[in-house]
Amino acid sequence: MASDDVLISVRDLTVGYGDVALLEHVSFDVRRGEIFVILGGSGSGKSTILKHMIGLNEPLAGSVLIDGADIVTASGDARREILRKIGVMYQSGALFGSMTLMENVRLPLEEYTDLEPGEIDLIARMKLSLVGLALFTGHLPAEVSGGMQKRAAIARAMALDPMILFLDEPSAGLDPITSAELDALIKRLSRNLGVTFVIVTHELPSIFAIADRVIMIDRRVKGIVAEGDPRKLRDEAKDPWVRQFFNREPERVPA
Amino acid sequence: MAALAISDTTDGRRVLALSGRLDANSIRRVWAEGREAIAAAPGKPVVVDAANVEYCDGAGIALLVDLIAQRKAGDVQVANLAPAFETLLQQFDVREVERDQDPPPPRRGSIAEVGVIAAGMAQDIREQIVFVGEAAAALGYAIVHPASIRWKDVWRICERVGADALPIVALISFLLGVILAFQSAIPMRRFGAEIFVADLIGLAMLRELGPLMTAILLAGRSGAAFAAEIGTMTVNQEVDALTTMGLDPVRFLVTPRIIAALLMTPLLTLFADLISLAGGAITLQSFSIPYVTFIHEVEGIVDYSDFMAGFVKSFVFAVLIAGIGCLRGLQTSAGASAVGDAATRAVVSGIVLLVAVDGVFAVIYYLLDI
Repeated sequence: MASDDVLISVRDLTVGYGDVALLEHVSFDVRRGEIFVILGGSGSGKSTILKHMIGLNEPLAGSVLIDGADIVTASGDARREILRKIGVMYQSGALFGSMTLMENVRLPLEEYTDLEPGEIDLIARMKLSLVGLALFTGHLPAEVSGGMQKRAAIARAMALDPMILFLDEPSAGLDPITSAELDALIKRLSRNLGVTFVIVTHELPSIFAIADRVIMIDRRVKGIVAEGDPRKLRDEAKDPWVRQFFNREPERVPA
Repeated sequence: MAALAISDTTDGRRVLALSGRLDANSIRRVWAEGREAIAAAPGKPVVVDAANVEYCDGAGIALLVDLIAQRKAGDVQVANLAPAFETLLQQFDVREVERDQDPPPPRRGSIAEVGVIAAGMAQDIREQIVFVGEAAAALGYAIVHPASIRWKDVWRICERVGADALPIVALISFLLGVILAFQSAIPMRRFGAEIFVADLIGLAMLRELGPLMTAILLAGRSGAAFAAEIGTMTVNQEVDALTTMGLDPVRFLVTPRIIAALLMTPLLTLFADLISLAGGAITLQSFSIPYVTFIHEVEGIVDYSDFMAGFVKSFVFAVLIAGIGCLRGLQTSAGASAVGDAATRAVVSGIVLLVAVDGVFAVIYYLLDI
């Protein structure tokens, strides 16, 4: 793999709270244009890794290079420069409750560009129609369903056409149909716009439907237990826990 | 009902024969008896005969597990349990149930506890100082770049902080004026000095009570609202979303609120001053002091510096209330009670700060002879 294929490079990341390390010396690369999934059981620290990759939390050690720049040490304008390259969809959507879907998508455009209001309007409308919400632009987040909120959050994350979209548990709490629609959306955006996706999830159907590559995190080893194509890992992984995970088997069957 | 019959066999075993329904409502007595019976026969192997048990639920299984666990492995046997209940019992490895108990978290000694609380307070003060710096920088930036202020938010917050607070401010300040007038007029009348009640109300309200009561009302109303609003945004990761968009939460959320409070609090204070004077004037009517006399008296005693002494305070109070409300909101942790805690802390620390700063003002005014 050529080094310029690597868009995000996580090196020796040690994360935790206080002196207690949750994960130690985690290193992996995300390639340009792929759909990369971070997997793990509940409480394994996968959302924590995501928070460190987008610069919300400071790691105990290590670096996260996004397109060559380290988000851990960057501050001020350098940090804003990195943040412009990424969009984040939070687990709850995290739309601003007092603003309509349209205003939510407009916000990053208003803050970062000097476009006329009419032009911003058009761009925001296009983003919302890309996620199938063209008819709901005037609704408040509370007035639409959970799936729609997540789609609107993706539209907001895409407002400035970032290179990378981070999605935290996109299908959590959604019914299978909505969840499949969201998967199809991610697949379409990846194919049509060439956006790189980093997704945290543990929904198996989603993983098999969209993931190009996964890493699997386990708190018992405080790091990565498996890395690669999810379909191959399901059939060929040596670690019994990884096979159990992909085949949805319980850890211990009571007698 | 559950029943327990205890007997000893000739080969030296103790038999506990359980019968009836073993469920949470019926086993309390047999549980205690069973334990005693096992403890009373040290060294003897025990057989719990469950042949006559008609029904057994989770509580009944817990009883059996507990009886087995009274002795070392193999010493207490459960016999003749119906297969359906046997399956329930087999789910649990008695020794493992014992072992699975979480060790209680280590308790801190009282000295360590004092230390932890002190460290927490020091951390809180540190955060307040950092926040003062951040808020000042954001306000400074806003003054230099007025276009960067989200005016739409400012006007919306102004309405909620200012216009919506008019009724409660009017009610309390009117009441304050009436009470002050009435309670002081009764004793003063004995000396024929009712007229000086107007002086008292004028000075007390304009210098002290007007700004302070308005500020306390706002701390309870808007300070708590700011904390709850920003706290909910923190819990919903909306503040995180702002941060990853590269937008400073202090500039985005705190600045409009401080500006709105700065615009509205002095106006509300002015309003409170007037309404309380009106309350006093109306009350003094019943003590035969006409309005014109009241106004004349107030005009004579209250000068411009008295009014300004109170008015200047209201600006400082505004920054305190809005600032502490926003800070408590941003400090909100996770959990269902977090937002409530943030609102409570906003009100409590808001009022404490108001009182402290009012004291500082009193000293400054005294030294400056205002």
